[in-house]
Amino acid sequence: MLFKKADAPYLSNNSNVQQLMLKVIYALIPGSIAMFWFFGWGVLFNLLIAISVCLASETMMLKFRRRPVQPALMDGSALVTACLLALALPPLAPWWLTTIASLFAIVVGKHLYGGLGFNPFNPAMVGYVVVLISFPREMTLWTPPMGVGDGWPGFMDTVTIVFSGVAPVGQTMDAITMATPIDTLKTQINLAYDTEYVRAHRVYGELFGPVSGVGWEWVNGLYLLGGIWLIKQGVIDKRIPLSFIIALILISNLFAVIDYSSYSSALFHTLSGGTMLAAFFIATDPVSASTTPKGRIIYGAGIACIAYIIRNWGGYPDGIAFAVLLMNMTVPLLDYYTQPRTYGKSERRS
Amino acid sequence: MKANDNQTLHDDHEGVWTFHGGIKLPGHKDLSTQTAINKLPACEHYTVPLNQHIGADGEILVAEGERVLKGQMLAKPRGIISAAVHSPVSGTVETIAEHTFPHPSGLAGLSITIKNDYKDEWTEHEIIGDDFINRSSHDLRNVVRDAGIVGLGGATFPAAVKQTEVGIETLILNGVECEPYISCDDMLMREHATEIVKGAEIVAHIINAEKCIIAIEDNKPEAIASMSQAAAESKLDNLIVQSVPTIYPSGGERQLIKVITGKEVPVDGLPADIHVLCHNVATSYAIYKAIYKGEPLISRVVTLTGHGINSPQNIEAAIGAPVKTCVEYCGGYKDDASALIMGGPMMGLSLETDELPIIKATNCLLVTTSEDISLPTSTAHMPCIRCGKCVEVCPANLLPQQLYWYSASKDYDRAIEYNLFDCIECGCCSYVCPSQIPLVQYYRYAKSDIWEQERDRKKSDMARERHERRLERIEKQKREREEKLKKKREALAKNKGSRDKELDKKKELIAQALARVNEKKSTKHIKAQNVDNLTEEQQKQIAEVDKRRADMKKDKH
Ligand code: SF4
Ligand code: SF4
Repeated sequence: MLFKKADAPYLSNNSNVQQLMLKVIYALIPGSIAMFWFFGWGVLFNLLIAISVCLASETMMLKFRRRPVQPALMDGSALVTACLLALALPPLAPWWLTTIASLFAIVVGKHLYGGLGFNPFNPAMVGYVVVLISFPREMTLWTPPMGVGDGWPGFMDTVTIVFSGVAPVGQTMDAITMATPIDTLKTQINLAYDTEYVRAHRVYGELFGPVSGVGWEWVNGLYLLGGIWLIKQGVIDKRIPLSFIIALILISNLFAVIDYSSYSSALFHTLSGGTMLAAFFIATDPVSASTTPKGRIIYGAGIACIAYIIRNWGGYPDGIAFAVLLMNMTVPLLDYYTQPRTYGKSERRS
Repeated sequence: MKANDNQTLHDDHEGVWTFHGGIKLPGHKDLSTQTAINKLPACEHYTVPLNQHIGADGEILVAEGERVLKGQMLAKPRGIISAAVHSPVSGTVETIAEHTFPHPSGLAGLSITIKNDYKDEWTEHEIIGDDFINRSSHDLRNVVRDAGIVGLGGATFPAAVKQTEVGIETLILNGVECEPYISCDDMLMREHATEIVKGAEIVAHIINAEKCIIAIEDNKPEAIASMSQAAAESKLDNLIVQSVPTIYPSGGERQLIKVITGKEVPVDGLPADIHVLCHNVATSYAIYKAIYKGEPLISRVVTLTGHGINSPQNIEAAIGAPVKTCVEYCGGYKDDASALIMGGPMMGLSLETDELPIIKATNCLLVTTSEDISLPTSTAHMPCIRCGKCVEVCPANLLPQQLYWYSASKDYDRAIEYNLFDCIECGCCSYVCPSQIPLVQYYRYAKSDIWEQERDRKKSDMARERHERRLERIEKQKREREEKLKKKREALAKNKGSRDKELDKKKELIAQALARVNEKKSTKHIKAQNVDNLTEEQQKQIAEVDKRRADMKKDKH
């Protein structure tokens, strides 16, 4: 009897990239529902626009590069990029802003570097940073969270704002939008107010809620849960989120202890803005992160430190995107110098 | 732990260490452990390849048409690392020819085919038995060597060579058998525990080991029980049966040594460097048979299993028996059998045909269906997404994704820098890779490519050397020729010189002669003619005249 020749091993745990990516999407769902609940229709529009543009440009680029479209599109990586980007953008971002960010993410961030597996930078963050630098004003178009002031605008109003870029008749953009707690705090502290004053302020005070900002506690809490599930499922490695969060807690605590009036607490930092989204979903993008165990710890901690510095002293409201890209650049070095000690080798001298 | 109760079973994993990585795999062991080990009935023909071990081929001792007896040595070891092969039956040597046998290269190798005469006549053999204790290590090692015993866990390294290492403190018997499906060691331990322990006693005597640890994975409770009992009855102090956690590949020699001793074998070193010797339990059994029965290694236990075979079980098969016959004995193939693998599903060798002999390395024949394995449907795989799952499971603690990257791009220098050659090809990385990259295939390819290059380099080095030597030779010849010529010329020159001298001499002689002639002439000229016979008176007169003449001449001047 004759048999087919094959090569060992003949077993596989049958995991695949698509499965991993889908699990990432599932894990994002609770947090994005909270986002939608607190920040309104804009979140949904961002998602829809980003997903369509990302998938369309992915298809286009694959065709352009003469690669099989079907398998690459089905791997879900473009979908994940789209969702991460959409959830990071402000809910009232005009449609073209989301479109530009998505295009940059896929075309420049991913395909110009050779596609999945070859991109040194996190594509979603490439798209995000491009629009953050180019259109800083539009990047502040956050709605007041549900339960603060008038809350977010209705469906039709949101459509108007997102697709025409102007406020609905009889309203002003300033009245509809509201800065995020992190942004507010930074602006006010720069104006020489202290954290206590800001939190007790008649207008913004309400924004901060009991812990880290109305809505943000929920959003971050649910991302955290989703992230823990991902770790349990073996989709992501716990090292990056853990070192990220621990480093952020340590550094923000340090400054808060030194000067409580100008620096907010570790709790505020970890549960506000995009912290948990970054920790579990963005920093853990495997392609652009470090792959060695030690390297990952340094990588996560590095992002936290840079993000903290930019949050407090930088010119942008949140520094996570920059921090991720900066740490992406260090990855080849990190990977090289943190090679594990091979079995039977004496400690590497480097 | 007290000193005297160390022959008991550690059924917890106290005192064992861990190695990095590894994976949990579905065992499928009970598929083949339902019946006792059966003996494969005699076959018509046996094909015994010479190269069934690591090292040099043996030197053939028989000729075609010769009658051989059971257990007779067919080829003796050649060089230090080599092993003998023996006839599994009595009969005649039918052919000595190239024959395909299970080997990764897929190439044929010189094999001796014996036609069975069904007389089962044994060759003369010495039984040492319990007397081994009075024999020297050297003698016993020679018995092991002449019995053709090699590592039966699959590595097939000649056992006697391992036993020459000195300074061994710990003998580890490897009964881990971590690959799924395989159960030959398990069954052997269940049925022949005492013999295995006796084998350990022999080896411990040979290498003068201080202690012996028998390691068994905790998914084999029956084997642990019977081995523990045998260990308790053993005369050997310091004999422990140690259960180890079931995690693939804890049966790898280096991994097991780490688990048992907590120490790592140095990369470029041997277990002996950390005072450990590791033998498979089946090897130990073979050593027992050589000493107590005088039997060389002419049979082994083979697991025939998988969902593609009708009655999976363990059989004792003679080395050289056809694989096909073994499968038929186990009820033959099922209709949906898809692949035939020698070894386990993680590191086994897939065979294209069953027209091959059982060899010393054949621990398992796995006949698979789609239920057992998932052969890739296409060769295309996703790109590496650098997820690092392979890093987590690699027992050698390598960075498989970097190895893949450099192997695929043929950047072999970097691959070597990332320790490609420390990869044990266990397949853990391929198993977990979500992009389903056949990583191990890339490594194997890269390794053989590098070897190839190395060989080519060596060859070209050799060629260059040869060329240089040739040039040198030519140069030398030329020099020699020139030397000769010179000498000849010199000799010639000398000859010529002497001839010249002779000539000169002659010339001189001639000159002298001439001079004499001239002198003569001149004297003649002065001398008066016909004066020879003159009287004194006359001569006096003549002299006076001559004087006068001369005076006159003087006056003239
Ligand atoms: S498991 Fe596969 S995809 Fe993941 S890093 Fe390793 S080689 Fe790349
Ligand atoms: S096959 Fe090699 S690289 Fe892969 S896990 Fe095993 S030792 Fe590591």
